[in-house]
Amino acid sequence: MNAAQKPWEERSAARVVAPARPRKLAKVPFVELADGRLQGVVSSGSDIERVYVSSLTAANHSFHCSTNNNRPCGGIRSGGCNHLRALADEAVLQYGVARVARYLRADVAEDATTGAAVLAAVNAWHEPSAGAPVFSRFLRHLAYLELPATTEPLPELHWFPAGGAVR
Amino acid sequence: MRFDLLTTPVDGVSEAYDVVAGFDGALVGGLLRPGAEQIAALHALAAAVSGTPLAGRVAEAVEKTIAGSISDEHLAALVAARSALLGAAHDALLARLDEAAGRSRGTWPADGPGVSAGADNLLAAARSWLSDLAIAGWRGIDHDLVSHADQAVQALLAEPRLRRLGALLDGFAGELRASAPGATMPRVPVRRWADLWARAVLLAQPGALAAAEAGAVSGRLLPLGIDLHEHPTAVQAQVHAVLETADGPRLVRASVSAPKVDTLVGSGVWQLLRSHSALLAAITEQRAMELTDMPVTPGGDLIWSDAHAKPGTPAEPFATARVQLAAAAAAPVPPLERHPVRLAEPVLIEGYTTAAHDDGVTLTLPGLTLEVDLERMHGAGPLTPALVAASTACIGLLRWDGHWTIQPLAVEAQVKRKTVAVHAGAWAGGAADAAGAKAEAAAADAVKVLRERAGRLLRR
Ligand SMILES: [Zn+2]
Repeated sequence: MNAAQKPWEERSAARVVAPARPRKLAKVPFVELADGRLQGVVSSGSDIERVYVSSLTAANHSFHCSTNNNRPCGGIRSGGCNHLRALADEAVLQYGVARVARYLRADVAEDATTGAAVLAAVNAWHEPSAGAPVFSRFLRHLAYLELPATTEPLPELHWFPAGGAVR
Repeated sequence: MRFDLLTTPVDGVSEAYDVVAGFDGALVGGLLRPGAEQIAALHALAAAVSGTPLAGRVAEAVEKTIAGSISDEHLAALVAARSALLGAAHDALLARLDEAAGRSRGTWPADGPGVSAGADNLLAAARSWLSDLAIAGWRGIDHDLVSHADQAVQALLAEPRLRRLGALLDGFAGELRASAPGATMPRVPVRRWADLWARAVLLAQPGALAAAEAGAVSGRLLPLGIDLHEHPTAVQAQVHAVLETADGPRLVRASVSAPKVDTLVGSGVWQLLRSHSALLAAITEQRAMELTDMPVTPGGDLIWSDAHAKPGTPAEPFATARVQLAAAAAAPVPPLERHPVRLAEPVLIEGYTTAAHDDGVTLTLPGLTLEVDLERMHGAGPLTPALVAASTACIGLLRWDGHWTIQPLAVEAQVKRKTVAVHAGAWAGGAADAAGAKAEAAAADAVKVLRERAGRLLRR
């Protein structure tokens, strides 16, 4: 006989967050669900030195879009801008539509599959806020690949097995 | 291997977990104003260590917590008590496992006083955040509280001696970030978050991260397989191997880890590790390596350096497991690593029957049915649950998370009437199959994009 599996709440290695899915990063190098927002960075199509910082707040569905130098996005319309649409599409690729919709408290149809469906469900409205915190999250993200590897063991990573599915 | 010994419960383990569960439950609502149930749980924690040198400090910490005047020091005492209980559970489980496997294990050398790794201000910043978490409780976390960790984590990751704590806090904070606000979480991972929090409090004590004195070993290293660990911003490959030394075979591990970003997953992670350890290529090529004066910790972890290793003769892991594993001696577990989640003992099992069902795969041996730990199987190699279900022999890690499970590292399975060996870590040195190679190329592309962006935006 073997003991039955413990409930999720009682397991040390319980999986809490599903791994992100890989996606192409050229257009949207960074997207995350954090700080109560869908937020990220979209590369400019015309200027290689410029990126747009876009975000959509879960609490009231206001959105923000500006360049990394804090110039307002010129393409803002009711319901969003091209950058926010690109961000929503890539978020859906990275996290799946269900997780994005849940985080944003967006009431999407059960058969929704796209970022556009999420944006349509929230009816985003424009409210300029600060892009700097999101941009600094992006810089922090980039800095991970600059840190050196090590061959000293990290025993705490036994709590973080690769792979696996969410229960 | 006497698997029947794993069927009977180990004395004291479930009692230890009962006490720990009470304390973990108190962390859900936070330690600021414990209610009657939480106060009883804190008293039970103090009672459980009342016969130990921790007794006085834990009793005082419990009184102060109940009185609402908890300090860092009191939290450390509560964590020490919880860790002592789980450490004892770990020891009892490991002793049973060693008995079942007939494995001899060295004893830990007596510790001197911990030498501070320095950077006390960084550790203090980490402790301060961990205190705030404990006071707020999992139900009390919000986005602000979670993001307060960012600065401390960044500083810890930049300091190689403190990387262990940085990698732990980053993985933990990532889960809190994805789950906040705590008030509306449908379910709380009570044991897991208490574990991660408690280990972080331990590692944030001055001296806890002092490096153990390393020795050196030489001999032929015969890999058994790779255990892969990953959270959004870190990946670690831990190779389990038998080292043939002048004093006989011994079990060792060799790790390599790298920071990463969340979109680098699956077989894409190997390229971050490969250039730092020639051992990964040796595993794909199924070769031994000849080690000369390789640094090793008292806990059996090689501190890998390619300068101390040369490629050796072909070596097949199942041959190693059949010939060498039973006689290999194991290293003792470092005191601060003693926790049941750390149990990962390589074993060879054969002569079982398999069953695949809705919830997973089981391997039934005389006297024991072992569940396959599917959550520790990954897509970064060719080994799948279906192959495990079709297997006749398995090299795996015995693990314990409330009950014994097996994490397969490799299996022998019948494919088209031929016995083939399939290894979870087979792609460490390079993917052989088209899908794996494609995923690697996509990940390489992602790394290139991010490095280009970093070049333009980060260094200015
Ligand atoms: Zn825009």
